Amino acid sequence: MSLNIWTGALEQGLLWGPMILGVYLTFRILNFPDLTVDGSFTLGAAVATRLILSGYDPWSASLAAVLAGAMAGLMTGLLHTQLKIDPLLSGILSMIALYSINLRVMGTANLSLLRVDTILTAIGDLTIHNFAALVLGGAVCLIAVTGLYFFLQTEVGLGVRATGDNPQMIRSLGVNTNITKIIGLALSNALVAVSGSLVGQYQSFADIGMGIGMIVVGLASVIIGEVLVRTPTLIRALLAALIGSVIYRAVIAIVLQLGMPATDLKLLTAAIVTAALAFPVFRGRFRKLPAYRERSG
Amino acid sequence: MLEIRNITKVFHRGDINEKLALQNLSLHLAPGEVVTVIGSNGAGKTTLLNALAGVFQIDEGQILIEGREISRQPEHVRASYIGRVFQDPNLGTAASMTIEENLAMALHRGQPLRLRRGTGRSQRELFRERLRPLGLGLENRLTSRVGLLSGGQRQALTVLMATIACPKLLLLDEHTAALDPKTAGVVLDLTTRIIAGGQLTTFMVTHNMEQALTVGTRTIMMHEGQIILDISGPERERLKIPDLLKMFEQASGKSLNTDRLLLAR
Repeated sequence: MSLNIWTGALEQGLLWGPMILGVYLTFRILNFPDLTVDGSFTLGAAVATRLILSGYDPWSASLAAVLAGAMAGLMTGLLHTQLKIDPLLSGILSMIALYSINLRVMGTANLSLLRVDTILTAIGDLTIHNFAALVLGGAVCLIAVTGLYFFLQTEVGLGVRATGDNPQMIRSLGVNTNITKIIGLALSNALVAVSGSLVGQYQSFADIGMGIGMIVVGLASVIIGEVLVRTPTLIRALLAALIGSVIYRAVIAIVLQLGMPATDLKLLTAAIVTAALAFPVFRGRFRKLPAYRERSG
Repeated sequence: MLEIRNITKVFHRGDINEKLALQNLSLHLAPGEVVTVIGSNGAGKTTLLNALAGVFQIDEGQILIEGREISRQPEHVRASYIGRVFQDPNLGTAASMTIEENLAMALHRGQPLRLRRGTGRSQRELFRERLRPLGLGLENRLTSRVGLLSGGQRQALTVLMATIACPKLLLLDEHTAALDPKTAGVVLDLTTRIIAGGQLTTFMVTHNMEQALTVGTRTIMMHEGQIILDISGPERERLKIPDLLKMFEQASGKSLNTDRLLLAR
């Protein structure tokens, strides 16, 4: 295995890292399976790319992308809390609505950023061009993890966590769970859009289909992280998500190098998530086998 | 303190399952009064607590706390001055969060959430001070996740959480019923101490006849969404459990044939 695979995996793992943190926030902390991700990831890339091509400064373009992501999360939150639509369906509705919105933002299905200044070229000018993605991804993930870590311990953050853990209890303590859900969803999708905008600038293009299956990638990374790292504390859980993100990219790079066609990647990702989700079921079955019981008892 | 005026609640109105859960019910509680509520299953005890807490809107009538009408306020607004403890210990605490974080949320009951650190050093001293009397050693485990605690420990913590911000009204819904007898005794003892210490106006629903007569100063019995018995003072002090059962039969015209009620002595 070449060093290239690992630097590549690290680079990509970090650039996709904020998205994984966003998925962790909704799925694990808020207990809200939010499918908006597929749309808000592309939205981040679309907004950043469109604005950069329109002559805006790449930094402000990326910031606008993040705000757009938060708006997408807000939309899902309003669908769920105000119109009482099921969480899964709220996310699906946002996702599908965003498909059209993204096309409108981009004006076309594919926008190229080749030979255009982006925040990656800006970072490259300050450091070394080959390491720009690593530096940028690392810095953004550091900020995201630190920010989330502190946010989740504020009063608002405790409210968001308790909403995912025990909504009845936190309501009985006077917190409006509609608000905390919306805050969590907006924050999560803002993080997803951060990744979208970074990835768009990293690959030098935004594509209408780039968000397809992102939610499953996010889940796969979160689960890989949880399997590899014990997560008794909040900070470890957040870092585990990032580690999962890097490992996921490494696995993808390795199977590609082993000759797996790139078109089969989504199938592989689905298989990884299925295996991880099914793990407790199988473990339960194995426990019933006498041999297993003897060994463990 | 608490004034309930002719409240009525019908579930599934117009449906074949229509149920008149609260029937023109009125009640007045003086400040610091502790009332135990008994009645057979489906009598409307929990419905009454839920109506007070705002889990649903009542159909008719008024609920006033300190003279202020609250029956149109949503649950989370009323929560700022109503503390609740449920029967299931899992319902009162957030398992994935630490003892300290749970207490911090309870301490901020009803206040707007801010972007400030939820737990701090100054609070920690208060939490230790309040946890120590429980005698469960929780004061040394502030950063343990609540999910690691036993049912009894969780319920004791819930009682503390429901009362730490000094609510105007405390609602206890069979909060010791899911615990083993010894733990139930510990939690009940703790509850009565906290109620006495804070002079809290309290509603305690119970299935335990002995608790119903020994805790607090007043006992009400419910049947089919109405209060059929309301005793306090010397009359209550003289009352024995068999008398209570007999009074139920007289008042309702039926025998109190719930096994749980008879066995819970």
